[in-house]
Parts: sequence; structure tokens; C-alpha cells
Amino acid sequence: MHTFEFLRPADSEATVAIAAQAKTAQQGADVRFIAGGTTLLDLMKLKVETPARVIDINRLPLDKIEATPDGGLNIGATVRNSDLAHHPSVERDYAVLSQALLAGASAQLRNMATTAGNLLQRTRCMYFRDTAMPCNKREPGTGCPAITGTNRMLAILGTSEHCIATNPSDMCVAMAALEATIHVQGVNGARAIPFGDFHLLPGSTPNRETVLEPGDLVTHVTLPPPATGSRQVYLKLRDRASYEFALASAAVVLTIEDGRVTRARVALGGVGTKPWRSLEAEAALVGQPVDQAGFRNAAEAALRDAKPQSENGFKIELAKRCLTYALQLATA
Amino acid sequence: MQATDIPSDTTIKLTVNGAPQAITVDVRTSLLDMLRERLHLTGTKKGCDHGQCGACTVHVNGRRVTSCLTLAVMHDGDEITTIEGLGTPDNLHPMQAAFVACDGYQCGYCTSGQIMSAVALLKEPCGADDAAVKELMSGNICRCGAYANIVAAIQQVRKNA
Repeated sequence: MHTFEFLRPADSEATVAIAAQAKTAQQGADVRFIAGGTTLLDLMKLKVETPARVIDINRLPLDKIEATPDGGLNIGATVRNSDLAHHPSVERDYAVLSQALLAGASAQLRNMATTAGNLLQRTRCMYFRDTAMPCNKREPGTGCPAITGTNRMLAILGTSEHCIATNPSDMCVAMAALEATIHVQGVNGARAIPFGDFHLLPGSTPNRETVLEPGDLVTHVTLPPPATGSRQVYLKLRDRASYEFALASAAVVLTIEDGRVTRARVALGGVGTKPWRSLEAEAALVGQPVDQAGFRNAAEAALRDAKPQSENGFKIELAKRCLTYALQLATA
Repeated sequence: MQATDIPSDTTIKLTVNGAPQAITVDVRTSLLDMLRERLHLTGTKKGCDHGQCGACTVHVNGRRVTSCLTLAVMHDGDEITTIEGLGTPDNLHPMQAAFVACDGYQCGYCTSGQIMSAVALLKEPCGADDAAVKELMSGNICRCGAYANIVAAIQQVRKNA
């Protein structure tokens, strides 16, 4: 691991001021925030991340879960994944989020990993993690060996000729379906970013994964008030029963009235270059009766633009069945 | 700027197995390496060093974490418990006794991590059946494959609790 300066500023303002001196907040950032450390230290040991300064944000007051005046929920940036998963409000009103969190990583890692860290979780693409290999995400312009190489775990939605890396997060898939808002404090003050606008498609700049700029500190995530009577399910399919990244996953939040879907929120994991909200599946579901044919139709819509790589064509059918079964479970 | 700059060698104060410690570490030192190389508490093992195997599991303020994926300097003021702080050869922790009784190990390399994880599990939300225990123990790998006996040991302690 390269050495670095370890800093613990007194407050968020000082934290933002130091981070604003960085050239980028994206891959290769020379200033990094550390909270749980489960992604950052892993990548620093691999020399994929080599920050000159590491800012410990664990002592900042960003670890609260609080109800909002309108009945939603504010989740602090440094709330641990395990605490969030077992919070009574989350278990009761946002079950899809609790299920997604508990489907991710291990008990030890969930005790360490944080809300903001999970938002910024990096891909597990083996080429990204190996500095002996080319990788457009790690070193722009060097090429993407995954496209002609080992790509079984990689993405089928949102890919480009420059990058096919999968976003590995479970939490983000649930938050996409819950239409969360990400709150950021930056050099020009605070701003709110709709969840779907936070992560970027790789395009020709896969090194840019989010809209974050130097100095931006994620302070909290807000969930809107829970949809009354909504049925929520997170279903994750993987090579092992536990402690493995998704081959395909689905987060569904449905409202059913008189046997018909009146509101649908659908997001997929394990298949996209970013947490994959499917407006196509939602549109296909709304107004339709609760039945297998309608669910399959929605799944077909969600995967219509899927582009298989040499080893991961199976993910298209797997993701369709995953979503179809998640919808069945939610309406059982 | 009101940042408190911390030089590369930093002195931290923390409690390890009930004993206060003041120790000067390079900022890059993981909690795991500090425990093993500086405090010579070698019961905590280094397996993968990337948070994947669970051999380095310790308790920080009563919660289980992988000590390889956290920096020692992040734990100023914290209370750390390692396998050495759990029991002694003459006075085993009930979980240690259950691992012996149920033969919950073969080579033993993962065992301290397994036991630290299992002790923390006792205080976490966990269903009654074996499947729930397996799910919450999935972060501890045993390449000898003693899993069945590990689950039996944990269930024995839970039953007697």
C-alpha cells in the first residue's frame, strides 16, 4: 500500500474544503474519504486506489437514521449496513431495502460498510482489480480486455465498447426502486441528486462512475414516504447461497388494487453497469392484472435492450426469470 | 482549514482485551497487523487480507469486523476483543468449549475467526434454525470443511443460553 496522509477534520465544512483540493473525485482521486474501508482499503492494497490523503469521516455526525417531516426517512452517510437493515422503520416500511442489505456481503462486512460507501462501491471486474491488466475504468485509453476475455459476471445492460463492468451493489438496487434522493455537501453548498441521476453509464468515460466532483461529501440519503400498502421484494440469484455477488437480482415495489397493478417500481442488479431502474418494466406492469403472463411481459420489456457478452448470455434469461419470480413473490 | 493533520506515524490509545494500550503505528497499519505484529496477539489470523475469508474477525466495541479491512488509526478510543480476550485454556468461553466438544475444526487456522464471529452472532438477530446460522456465518471460510460441526457448536451454545 502506498503511504498517505491520514486526516480527521473537525467538521463537514473542513472535510469538504480539503477534498475540494483533489483533481478528481473519480477513479484515481488523490483525496479519498474513508468510512467502513471495506472497498477503499481493499483497492489500496491492490494499488488500484493510491490516494495521497485519506480523510476519516467516521467521527462526523452523519450516522443517524431519522424520520423526515413528510413521513420519509433520512439515512446518514456513515450508518452501517447492518444497522440500516435492522432499523424498525426500514424493516416495516422499506422491506426491499432491508432484504437487499442482508443479501449483500457478510455479517462482518455489513457491520463495517456504510450507506455512502455502498453507493460508491466499485465493480468486482477482475481486470479493474488487477493493475497488470489494461482497463479503461482504471486507466482510460488502455482498452477493455473483459470484452474478449472473462466476462461471465459482467453486465448486459448499459455497456459500451469501452466498459462492461457490473455495478455490484445490492443496496443501490433497492434504493433505485424506492426512488431515493442522495444529498451531497460540496464547495458551493448542499444539493440533492435523484437516485437515477447519481451513477453514470460508462460510455467513453468509464473512469467517471458518478456525478460527484472534488469536495463533494455525501451526507445522507432520503427515502420518500412509503407507498401505502406496497408489496416489496428483493430477490438475488447467485452462484452460492450466501456471500456472493449477484448474477441477477430484482427489487420490486408494487401496489395492487382490485387485482390490478396500480403502481410499480422495478430495478435490477448484477446485470447493469449501474443500478438498473427499469421504467420499461414498470410501464408494462401498470394497469395489468396480477398474473404470470403480465409479469413475464414486464421482464421481456426490462431486458429488451440487453446485449450479451461471450460468456454471460445466460444472464438475459436468468434476469427475466428473476424479475418474474420476484413479482410472483411480491403478489403471492 | 481546521484539519488536524496526523503524521505518518501516529500514536493511538485503545483498549485491547480489557487492557489500555498506547501504540505508535504507521498510518497504513491494519488493525490486524497491529494486533499480530505489535501487540503479538497472534491468535487472530491473516488469511486473504481482503475481507473475504473471515480468519481475522475480532470485535470492535462488541461488534464483529474483519480486522484486515480497517486501519488501526481509525480505532483511537475503541475497545477491541480478540480470541485471547475471550477465554483461557483453563477457563474456556462456552463457545470455545462447544467447538472442542463438537469437533468444530480440523487444521484450526480459521477457528479463532469462526469463534469470534459465533460469539458476536449470539447478540445479533438470527433465526432459530441451522439455515439462519449458516447465513450469518457465511463470512467465515473453513477450507477443511468443518462447517457441519461449527453449526452444531453454535446451536449447542444457543440452546444452553
